[in-house]
Amino acid sequence: MTPAGVPTGRALAVLAGLALLVALAALGIGATRLGPWRLLAAIWGDGLSAQERLVLFNLRLPRLVLGMLAGGALAVSGALMQALFRNPLADPGIIGVSPGAALGAVIAIVLGGAVAPFLPFALSIPALTILFAFAGGWLAVALLSRVAFRAGRTDIASMLLAGIALAALTGAATGLLITVADDQQLRDMNYWAMGSLAGATWARVGMAAAVIVPVMALAPLLARGMNALALGEAAAHHMGFRVEALKRRAILLTAAATGAAVALTGGIGFVGIIVPHLLRQALGPDHRLILPGAALAGGVLLVAADVAARSLMAPAEIPIGILTALIGAPVFLHILLRRMAAGGGIA
Amino acid sequence: MAAARSLRHLAAALLALILPAGAQADAPPRTVVLGGTLAEIIAALGAEDQLVGRDATSSWPESLLALPDVGYLRAVSAEGVLSLEPELIIADPGAGPEAAVDVLRASGVPYVTVPYERSAEGVIDKITATAAALHREAEGAALAARVRSQIDEAAARAAAIPEDARRGVLFVMSLQGGAVMVGGGGTTPDSLITMAGARNVAAAIDGYKVMTDEAIIAAAPDVILMTDGGMDAAMSAAAIRAHPALGHTPAAERGDIVMIDGLMVLGFGPRVGDAVLFLNDAFYPAADRGPQP
Repeated sequence: MTPAGVPTGRALAVLAGLALLVALAALGIGATRLGPWRLLAAIWGDGLSAQERLVLFNLRLPRLVLGMLAGGALAVSGALMQALFRNPLADPGIIGVSPGAALGAVIAIVLGGAVAPFLPFALSIPALTILFAFAGGWLAVALLSRVAFRAGRTDIASMLLAGIALAALTGAATGLLITVADDQQLRDMNYWAMGSLAGATWARVGMAAAVIVPVMALAPLLARGMNALALGEAAAHHMGFRVEALKRRAILLTAAATGAAVALTGGIGFVGIIVPHLLRQALGPDHRLILPGAALAGGVLLVAADVAARSLMAPAEIPIGILTALIGAPVFLHILLRRMAAGGGIA
Repeated sequence: MAAARSLRHLAAALLALILPAGAQADAPPRTVVLGGTLAEIIAALGAEDQLVGRDATSSWPESLLALPDVGYLRAVSAEGVLSLEPELIIADPGAGPEAAVDVLRASGVPYVTVPYERSAEGVIDKITATAAALHREAEGAALAARVRSQIDEAAARAAAIPEDARRGVLFVMSLQGGAVMVGGGGTTPDSLITMAGARNVAAAIDGYKVMTDEAIIAAAPDVILMTDGGMDAAMSAAAIRAHPALGHTPAAERGDIVMIDGLMVLGFGPRVGDAVLFLNDAFYPAADRGPQP
C-alpha cells in the first residue's frame, strides 16, 4: 500500500549518495597529509607508502565503518522507540538501554582488572568493556520487560517510569564505582562517557556488525506495524496486527542495536533524536522509508561529526559525543517548543 | 606521479653523494613524547629541540606548550601523532587507547615505552631509559646522579628524625564545594611526604578520595600541604582556615600550611629530588631541626 507519489527509491538513493560523499570525506580528511587527491591517486593505482596504508586501512577505514554502523544503529533505535511511544522525543536512553550498557562498561573499566583472572578465557579490558556493556544493556531491557509486559500487555507509562528509576539506579552504581576508581580509570570513564570512534579496530567493527547489520535488516520488516501503531494501539489491533508481539520485537531490536553502539563507541547521544526527526520532516511519516533511511542517515551524521571531531583540534581530537550533543540538544528543544506551541506536551 | 617520485629518488641519491656521509644520521630523530614526567626528563636532558609533539599532560617546562598537542595521555590520536612525522615515540606505559598504541607500534616508527614505578629508584630508571632512547647517556647519568644525591640527602635528613617526632601531613588535592579531596596511600604526594621524613595522616585511605570532616579532625594533621591553585580562590590558606574541619586542625591553628607547585607534587619526575628537599625544609624549618652541621 505505497502512498501515491512517495519517491521511495529516489530518497534512499539520495541518502546512499550522501553516505558515499561522507565516506570519501572520512577517508580523505585527517591529520596526516593523506588527502583526497592522494586517495584518488591511490585508487588510480599509484601505490601508497606503508604508513599511508596503515593510516587508511587501520585508522580511517575501520573508523568510517564503525561510525556508519553505530550511527545507523542509534538512529534506527530512535525511530523505533518514537514509533512505539508515539512521541518524537523518545530515545533509547529513555528506556534504560543506554544507562544499562554504560553501567556495564564502567564496571568493566573499574573492576575488570580484578575480574579478568577468574574468567575461563583471556580478555583485555577493552574487550571486557564491550562484553559488559552488552550484558548491561540486555539486563536493563530484561528488568524493564518484567515491569512493563504484564498480563500480555505492554504498559508504556510504567515502562517510562521504570526507565527513569533504572537510570537513577545505574547512575548511583556508577557514582559508587567512581569513588573506588583510581586516577587513570576515572579518566578512562570520563572519555568513554563523552563517546568516541577513536578505538575503532577491525575486531570491534566485526563485533558491531554482527549485531547491528541483522538489526538494520530486520527493522524495516516492522515498518507496516509501526505505521499502524501511529494510529493508536487499538487501531493497529483492528488492522490485524499483533500489537504485543510488534512492541516486543521493536524493543528487542532497540536493545541489541543500542547495546552494541554504546558498548563500542561510548556515550554518543541525540543521534536517535536528530536523524528520525529530520527524516520525518523531509520524507514524511512512512516507516517503510524512515527505517532504512535512518540506517543510512544515522551513519552519515555520525561519520560527518567524526570528521569534524578529529580535524577541528588536530592533532588532538574532540570527543564526538560533545559534538552530537551540541547539535542534538537544540534540535530536542526545538521539537519540544513546537509541540508546546501546537498545544501538545512531552507525553 | 611515479615519474616525479623517481626524480625525487634520483635527487636524493645525488644529494647523498654530495653531502658528507653521516650528516643525516647525526640529526636527532623527530620525537613525540606521551607522558608529562617523560617530557620533563627530555627537557632536563637538553633534548627539547628534537620534540615535535606532546600529549596534554606534557606541560612542564612551559616552553613545551608551544608544541602540537595530540590529546590527553589516555585518549591519544594515532593519526595525530603520525601527522607530526615522528622518527621516535617515547611513551609512558599508561598511554592509550590501546587501539591507538597498537597502530603506532605497527607504524614502523620506533616506539619506546619507559617503565614507570612510583619510587626513587623508579625515577632513576626512568631517566636512564629515556636517556638511552635519546642516545644521551652522559646527560642521563649526570641527571640521575643529581637526583640520586638529592634523594640520598633527603633520606639522610629523614633518618635523623626520630619516629615519634615525625610530623603528620595531610595533602589536600581540592576543596570543591567544601568537600576535602585528600591524597591517600598509593598516591605520589603520599610517597613524597614519606620520603621527606613525615607521615601521611590519610595513608589509610586508598588513592585520591574525599575525607569526611570528622576523620580530618581526628587525624589532627600538623601540616596541611596543598597545590598552589594560582587564581583559584578555593585553594588558599584562607579557605583552609575558614573550613569547618580543616580550620580546627593543629596545622590551621598554627598556620602550618605549605603550598607547592602542583606539577611538582603530582608527578614522579626529575624534580622529585627538589620536591622532597623542599617538603623536608617546609615540614621541618631549620629552627626545629636544631643546630645544623
